[in-house]
Amino acid sequence: MKAAVIVSPGSNCDRDVQVALRQSAGSDPIMHWHGDANLPDVDLIVVPGGFSYGDYLRAGALAAQSPVIREVVARANQGVPVLGICNGFQILTECGLLPGVLMRNAGLKFICRDVDLRVEATDTVFTRDYVNGQIIRIPVAHNEGNYFADDDTLNRLDGEDRVAFRYCSPEGAVTAADNPNGAARNIAGILNEGRNVLGMMPHPERLADAMLGGTDGRPMFDGLVEALATAA
Amino acid sequence: MNETTPTITPEIVAEHGLTPEEYERVLRIMGREPKMTELGIFSVMWSEHCSYKSSKFWLKKLPTEAPWVICGPGENAGVIDIGDGKACIFKMESHNHPSFIEPYQGAATGVGGIMRDVFTMGARPVANMNALRFGAPEHPKTRHLVSGVVAGIGGYGNCMGIPTVGGEMNFDPSYNGNILVNAMTVGIADQDKIFYSAAAGLGNAVVYVGSKTGRDGIHGATMASAEFDDDSEDKRPTVQVGDPFTEKLLLEACLELMATDAIIAIQDMGAAGLTSSSVEMSDKGGVGIEFDLDQVPVREEAMTPYEIMLSESQERMLMVVKPGREDMARAIFEKWELDFAIIGRVTDTNRLVLKSGGEVVCDIPVPPLVAEAPEYERPWVPTPPSPVLAAADALAGIDISPTEALAKLVASPDLCSRRWVWEQYDHMVMGDTVRRPGGDAAIVRVHGTDRALAITTDCTPRYCVADPVQGGRQAVAEAWRNLTASGAKPLAITDNMNFGNPERPEIMGQFAGCIEGMTEACLALDFPVVSGNVSLYNETNGTGILPTPAIGGVGLIEDVNDDLTGTGFAARDDAIVVIGDTAGHLGRSMLLRVFSDSQSDAGAPPPVDLDAERRNGDFVRDLIVNGRVSACHDVSDGGILVAIAEMALSGGIGADILPPDTGMPALAWLFGEDQARYIVTSNAPDDLLAAAKSAGIPAIVVGTTGGAVLTMGDGNSISLSDLRNAHESWLPDYMAVV
Repeated sequence: MKAAVIVSPGSNCDRDVQVALRQSAGSDPIMHWHGDANLPDVDLIVVPGGFSYGDYLRAGALAAQSPVIREVVARANQGVPVLGICNGFQILTECGLLPGVLMRNAGLKFICRDVDLRVEATDTVFTRDYVNGQIIRIPVAHNEGNYFADDDTLNRLDGEDRVAFRYCSPEGAVTAADNPNGAARNIAGILNEGRNVLGMMPHPERLADAMLGGTDGRPMFDGLVEALATAA
Repeated sequence: MNETTPTITPEIVAEHGLTPEEYERVLRIMGREPKMTELGIFSVMWSEHCSYKSSKFWLKKLPTEAPWVICGPGENAGVIDIGDGKACIFKMESHNHPSFIEPYQGAATGVGGIMRDVFTMGARPVANMNALRFGAPEHPKTRHLVSGVVAGIGGYGNCMGIPTVGGEMNFDPSYNGNILVNAMTVGIADQDKIFYSAAAGLGNAVVYVGSKTGRDGIHGATMASAEFDDDSEDKRPTVQVGDPFTEKLLLEACLELMATDAIIAIQDMGAAGLTSSSVEMSDKGGVGIEFDLDQVPVREEAMTPYEIMLSESQERMLMVVKPGREDMARAIFEKWELDFAIIGRVTDTNRLVLKSGGEVVCDIPVPPLVAEAPEYERPWVPTPPSPVLAAADALAGIDISPTEALAKLVASPDLCSRRWVWEQYDHMVMGDTVRRPGGDAAIVRVHGTDRALAITTDCTPRYCVADPVQGGRQAVAEAWRNLTASGAKPLAITDNMNFGNPERPEIMGQFAGCIEGMTEACLALDFPVVSGNVSLYNETNGTGILPTPAIGGVGLIEDVNDDLTGTGFAARDDAIVVIGDTAGHLGRSMLLRVFSDSQSDAGAPPPVDLDAERRNGDFVRDLIVNGRVSACHDVSDGGILVAIAEMALSGGIGADILPPDTGMPALAWLFGEDQARYIVTSNAPDDLLAAAKSAGIPAIVVGTTGGAVLTMGDGNSISLSDLRNAHESWLPDYMAVV
């Protein structure tokens, strides 16, 4: 599998994703500078977390205008899997690949902690190694993770089974108390119509190593490597 | 300020914080009346903040050497050898005055400044820590300050993508008008890629990179060198404004350039900005520097040389670049969308020469500017000793069961959970945070290796005020103990000396006492000081803070897979063992602070026996490294029972505690704060006790892990869930009040 990680000025989880991909794939992804519109042919594009352009103006808004992002959108429309994590999710909504927006956390504070997620869709290259309804524990670390979309959009996401992850209790109950940021319908991650673009606020790359306190994020990278190795 | 100001009046001299004697010295060095820019440069370079004029005499006494020390105090940060050709570069620095005036920006730029100190030496920062002191919780400004400082620290570190992995926070009324914000950064570099600040090479380009220079922070260093009064709010314009995004770009651009061989010298622009960076580079290199100030990238029009030289705009660096490498260096900074300007050259004159509009506006001989900076051996008086309180006297009037006392102590401002704070810090980015905040020390893996650094910040100011010598010892010993309890070999410290007005002999007495105690502890524990910072004049209207020598300690874990033991109880039916002597010392204890009306913050602090510290700690570390204990925690504020409660909460396992029959009051045994103690758990306690006995180490079994309750035998018990609620709720509840 050949993967590319898009590096914007202010990306800061690019290395973390690089490490997770290397661990699962056995080879390094391409670290691709945002200003270079010539994106090589790859099987997977990752838009990592961080504070692209300092999150000035609006999280992800400036990075969505980077030369490479036009190419990312084109590839996504051709079916290339695109994974946006945290700031990457924000960029994917800002560039229109995913619907809705990420607003400031309801508590108005940055929040970094492990959260429980219920896996809601497993028929994707990102989530195929999870079991439907599985509860996984990985961290969030964000200031703007409060997912919002109008009711029609939310109904369509639900109706088309495009919610990939929801914040939940350790037992899997989707409650307001287990929603860290006020996201609509406890949404932590969503898919595009083609199911080849996933945006999520939690960080699977941060708990893919037992030494760091958990490995629930690892199946995402293992699954991608398996799926995309077969495809290639 | 106007460049054409004709004469320097005594008023102008006083406004610049220089005494008449100091100004006489300026006249002697210059051989003429200084121009305004020159006066400004003398003013900031000779400020307490930059010159350490009151503290230098004492700082020289601190031990700074060990075989693993690569660079001690004097550079931007200290450097130690951590094996495999890697170096750990670290320092702690205060941003107290600005954080009180404008908490978000003050704290944020404190974090930004200390990170620059570390990456200017070639290290990638891998962890941030902090030591925070606030006023009484009931003081009307405290909430606002806590909220702003925490958000500011998080705002800067989170954006940079450097994890903030731990710290400490205390409340005391003495900080009502002077909070302390001490920020520490730890970085890792290759030993053959460490950068220093000595300029060299006649004619080489001096390059300015980073943000443009604005009018912010002018005279910040001078502001931080004076007491506050009722008008301190008016000093807000002296606080800088941070831009962590630009600093992230600066970090990546500098590290990219450092991977080449283009840099001869590099120095960040911190306090006193372009002035102190250029003076340090030329002084250390024994050369002169000449600038054309018209080339300095500026944010505003018509900035005077005085303003350019004294601005403390953030996110800027000064470098000397090898001839022929300028274009390559420029390309890297342009890629990162940062300013890159050749603003001057290295000369052989030993003078700092500044030109503006073709005119020389400053021409100062650098060696006397640095070497003849004032140094004072200020008068001092030792702190009078406090009486040692007998346990029975200390406990007079306190009628409370141990579990009631515990529930209230773990919910007290100084001992409650700091989760509300550290959940606002990204403590996991970079993917190497092995031990997250909340334990004895944070543990951060050295990327791509099995080694790890243990990091802690510690100080107990209520001990220091009662007995500065014991308090100084204790601060160093507790840092050493926290690293030891994590299984690390303690290597070195950075110190952040926060005190009141040094012109008062009793304050200098506190300073001298703390230095004496720290020196003794550093020597006894092979734990040298490699970097540090002094913040004086933490006073408002003549009332000083508690003396607060904050210690940042770094230790090494050789193999993070094997040598790690957690703080939390790890298994049921393990024996709970106290290592070290328990005498039931209650003077200055948290128990008295929370429960005693008459003896709150009274008495002598617990004495620190450095031989016992060393023996007990070395013994405990061996147990951990050899896998003979299942959990370990040091005993500090709140004594044995608070330590056991923290281990129970962390592991989610209760304990049955059986205090030994010692004859001392139960509350003294449970809550006394005797030093040099640890709690460990083991499933083979007999072996452990035998090993302790043969090593001459006091060790005693005091209970067993298990269940979901802490019990003390006679039906005196509390559930972990009640304890957790008490521990977790105080801070969020307090901060939720609008």
